[in-house]
Amino acid sequence: MTRTLPVLTVLAALVAVWYAASVWLNAAWVFDQAARAGTAVTWAEVIPQTMAQDRPLLPPPHQVAAHLWQGVAGQAPTSRRSLIYHGWITLEATLAGFALGIAVGMGLAMAIVRFRAMEMGVMPWAIISQTIPIVALAPMIVVLTAQMGIQDRLVPKAVISAYLSFFPVLVGMVKGLRSPDAMQIDQMRTWSASEAQMFLRLRLPASLPYLFASLKVAIAAALVGAIVGELPTGAVAGLGARMLIGSQFGEPLIMWSALFAAAILAGVLILIVGQAERVAGRRMGVRA
Amino acid sequence: MTWIAGALVFWGLAWAANVRIAASRSRLARIAVPVLFGVTILVLWEGLVRGLGVSPVILPPPTAIAAEIADSGAVLWGDFVQTVVRGALSGLAIGAAAAIATAIAVDRFAFLRRGLLPIGNFVAALPIVGLAPILVMWFGFGWQSKAAVVVAMVFFPILLNAVAGLQATDRMQRDLMATWGAGWWPALWRLRLPAAMPFVFNGLKIASTLALIGAIVAEFFGGPTQGMGFRISTEANVLNLTMVWAQIAVAALAGSLLYGAIVLVERRVTFWHPSQRT
Repeated sequence: MTRTLPVLTVLAALVAVWYAASVWLNAAWVFDQAARAGTAVTWAEVIPQTMAQDRPLLPPPHQVAAHLWQGVAGQAPTSRRSLIYHGWITLEATLAGFALGIAVGMGLAMAIVRFRAMEMGVMPWAIISQTIPIVALAPMIVVLTAQMGIQDRLVPKAVISAYLSFFPVLVGMVKGLRSPDAMQIDQMRTWSASEAQMFLRLRLPASLPYLFASLKVAIAAALVGAIVGELPTGAVAGLGARMLIGSQFGEPLIMWSALFAAAILAGVLILIVGQAERVAGRRMGVRA
Repeated sequence: MTWIAGALVFWGLAWAANVRIAASRSRLARIAVPVLFGVTILVLWEGLVRGLGVSPVILPPPTAIAAEIADSGAVLWGDFVQTVVRGALSGLAIGAAAAIATAIAVDRFAFLRRGLLPIGNFVAALPIVGLAPILVMWFGFGWQSKAAVVVAMVFFPILLNAVAGLQATDRMQRDLMATWGAGWWPALWRLRLPAAMPFVFNGLKIASTLALIGAIVAEFFGGPTQGMGFRISTEANVLNLTMVWAQIAVAALAGSLLYGAIVLVERRVTFWHPSQRT
């Protein structure tokens, strides 16, 4: 109780601020309409009107929630208006990019731990690669894949996701694969373990906690990558595309519900990775 | 054919040289190895693109990109000022100031810490980029909306790091300040804020990348006919890829310079920290 009470208080305060802000921002439109009609409105009349506009500057929470619910439950999941449909498109690209990012990150980490020249040569460039704003690359990756004859819209998004998610995995795995201390390595040597055995039996299991910590960061980054990837690609489906459509047609409710759908998706993905961490930890004998 | 063969031979030589230099572990090697690695990639790129006759619509060679940068310096500079200076830097400054002020408030009131931190942790993992269209709608097409997106993106990473940093002092140090009769503000100014700086700079480093991403993404949702995001998306659509690559080079340079500048300031501010001792 002592832990949930402050969180609930802050959440309630946020919702209250949100309502106040939406009254404040949307009132201008109501006054405008009234002035055009030549009537005067009192605040008692204004407030209900700010709560139910078609194109509010800031939709109040219940309007967003209603639109979100309508998008999730009010449509057939295959409909183009369904958020489940768009969420699924984005999720596919996220997971493909996440898998690719893990593969690239782990591969590079293994090469770096094995070859000193790789570490000195690749590591600075891996860091520099993250200072390049990926979105600068996004439109080009899209054009490039189209030029190479790849029609699948998933590919460019997955590449961008992978670009964002490989780095945390790389850093975490390099740390993790190096985490066995000299004593443990010596112990493996006294058992005359080969290099492959040393890797499989000692380094890989030792890196698991580091891997999962990185994966939580990487899955969130992969989702951001998939959404960003949809923006400049002229994608017609996906949560990022919904935001773009909402922006172009001036439909704030579409933007807000897509934003919250993305937020919920991110939360669920992180929870799943956290759960996988717990299961893997229990199997390896970690006491929670 | 000679292009490909030459590139491959250079690759082999550079790899051998790198293995040799890497073994020496000197200070010079730390710089030479990555530089040689980067040059190798450029040479391979140039050689393969020319040797295989790859169309410039798919991948222009590095020399063509360099020529483009030299030719259209004025355009690149205008876009750089619009996106990096007006959008990213002003947003980063506002966001960092707001985040540190909030962190001090969170540190002062334990109730706020218990309430705001779990929410902050959650929000930091969300795709905040999605706020971009909404903020562009609110703040218009000028640089203000770009700065607003940057503020929203950098706020939580810096906040979380600053809060962790403000708690980094141990009991003994705080007791010492108390025995000197230091109140809350002097103790904050002389002990807890300096102690928090390594964490704050960690957050700033993460935020420097996010700031550029935010400023460029915001331009995809509308803006003046200037800026890196605008230029990249329009030029990519007409397949003028040398211009796109030139912009990417500028973006990479800007990102690296921003990161490097933060590291330099960090060295001056946190000279006492173990990680800065050489």
